[in-house]
Amino acid sequence: MQTGSTVPTALPLRPPAHRVDPRARSWWRLRGLGGTGIVALPQLVVALVLGGPGWLWGTLAATVVAGLVYAAVVPGILFRIHRWEVTDEAVYTLSGWLVREWRIAPISRVQTVDTEHGPLQQLLGLASVTVTTASARGPVTIRGLATAHAQELARQLTETTQATPGDAT
Amino acid sequence: MTVSAEPVGPTVDSGVPWRRLDARMVVVEPVRTLVKLVPVLVVVLITGSNGDPVRPWITLGIGVLVVLAGVVRWRTTRYRITAERVELHSGWLRRQRRSVPRDRIRTVDLTASPLHRAFRLSVVAVRAADAGGEHRNGGLTLDAVSTAEAETLRRELLDRRRAEPRPVEQPVEPDAEVLARLRWSWLRFAPLTFSSLAGVGAIAAAAFNVLNELGVSPTEVDGVDDAAERLAAAPLWLAVGLVGLALLVIAVVGSVVLFTERWWGYRLTREADGTLRVRRGLLTTRSLSVAEERLRGVGVHEPLLLRAGGGAQTRALSTGLGREAQGGVLQPPAPRAEAHRVAGAALRRTGSEIDPTLTPLVPHPAAARRRRYTRALVPVLVLVAAAVVVGRVWPGLSWIWPGTVVLVPLAALLAADRYRALGHALTPQYLVSRLGGLSRRTVALQRSGVIGWTVRQSPFQRRAGLVTLQAVTAAGEGGYRILDVDAADAVALADATTPGLLRRLLG
Repeated sequence: MQTGSTVPTALPLRPPAHRVDPRARSWWRLRGLGGTGIVALPQLVVALVLGGPGWLWGTLAATVVAGLVYAAVVPGILFRIHRWEVTDEAVYTLSGWLVREWRIAPISRVQTVDTEHGPLQQLLGLASVTVTTASARGPVTIRGLATAHAQELARQLTETTQATPGDAT
Repeated sequence: MTVSAEPVGPTVDSGVPWRRLDARMVVVEPVRTLVKLVPVLVVVLITGSNGDPVRPWITLGIGVLVVLAGVVRWRTTRYRITAERVELHSGWLRRQRRSVPRDRIRTVDLTASPLHRAFRLSVVAVRAADAGGEHRNGGLTLDAVSTAEAETLRRELLDRRRAEPRPVEQPVEPDAEVLARLRWSWLRFAPLTFSSLAGVGAIAAAAFNVLNELGVSPTEVDGVDDAAERLAAAPLWLAVGLVGLALLVIAVVGSVVLFTERWWGYRLTREADGTLRVRRGLLTTRSLSVAEERLRGVGVHEPLLLRAGGGAQTRALSTGLGREAQGGVLQPPAPRAEAHRVAGAALRRTGSEIDPTLTPLVPHPAAARRRRYTRALVPVLVLVAAAVVVGRVWPGLSWIWPGTVVLVPLAALLAADRYRALGHALTPQYLVSRLGGLSRRTVALQRSGVIGWTVRQSPFQRRAGLVTLQAVTAAGEGGYRILDVDAADAVALADATTPGLLRRLLG
């Protein structure tokens, strides 16, 4: 149960069928590097301008190394784990790195379908599709799909869900 | 007929006449505003030189403006209830138009402050939910109509079966089944609830503010200063003890007063149309309704203090009732058995069944117990270690660490208690789950109310073969977690709760 499949899982649910777009790796990598920059830059500025204490160079080096290692290793892991699928009954996603999260939303309860492109995602031609149900804790988001694919998926989902009457609560 | 789907849109004339708020609001509204303005007016009148002839005129001017504003508000506010929507137009310079589709109405609550009650008026708050639960429409408020009219509106707006325009007023009070009434012995639970204690704090703060506004420093009141001096002279343990005792007495008295104000005349009824209705309040009376088709389950909450006193509180899980503190409260804090009984009654338990929240629960695996202990003990042990280090480095502070050691058995007790709470069960109608130590809750969620699942697994849980399963629902908190359940059991439980949904996903 724990080994053999491409995605290590301890759950008797099979992983969702589809991978996200390979460019999502670049997206995660850029986000990781951006985050590293946000943490590292102030340290660098303080170290250079104010001539901060010597250990600041140490933490700076540690930050940069950690950021680079993250950018080198983690996007690949995320790409292996992140999967999604839309069946006749449900929208099903698996996400996370250390903490895994499986989300299942019944198609019959879907209220809205949104696509979203952040600046980085636009740069890479990616988009996220968010499927919302009547619960504030229910949204299921598929991140890192190719833009055209995301729009097509959103259109299909909207069509399917509009056929369902009621307010889906 | 086409009706605009926008919340604020052009009016479609459906032929239903517009109605005004009650004419008595022409009096009530200015009085309410003037009461709020009293401090300002007093300041304007009193402060400054006595001979100033302008000041009384300013006061009078403000008064006239307030009265005029009240009249304008009454004249410009109108509402109507068509077959599809509730519409409210208000404002003179800044026009507001609110329109709520009737099938989106979640609750219709009536509130009457002492002022409203003096004029036999009630505020009708219509709350509607929007898709997604986060961007809510908010609904609209009719402030105010006559109490009789409010009652008619409540019945009409909540009854989805009767969609035709308002019928001729029928003064016939339909039969309502009383599910619970207040028992004054429940007053003993009043000091055991945190909201009461918080309320006491608020009252104390308000009292202090009033004194402050009036320019009275508490230390200037005769006796207070004197008492403070004596207290300072007394031994430390006595001073701490006395202050603690005084605070306790204030908290107990205050919470009893608050309980009385809040729950006076409490009655839980099932109206003829199936609506659950809570009526309560001494000074400000409230009527809160939960439409039965919105009810997705019940929760029995037992915060530690209340639980120690053998009490519990029942809440309705209803779509549209948000996560606000008092949302869906069906009952004051009451004896545990009574709380479970009311929970069952709210769900229409029939004679032979047991109350859903009392369903025997399946305990969680031993690994869940280990996780409770590690999660409780590790932070405490880190704290002890830190205290020991502090004691080594600064010998003056070495008295701290023995104190932190006391926390270790407390954490262990809490962990044992939290594990004992864990459990879940599936009945033909409900998914029942329980968790929590400091704040324990037992939730019975209708299986049909589950609109999705979330499964989370941390690296530690992965090693222990556990997951946290969350049943997603439109009601209450939006999702209810079943903590640290065996991974295979979690999937089996989800599959059994919502048959078919996971059919193609099982590995």
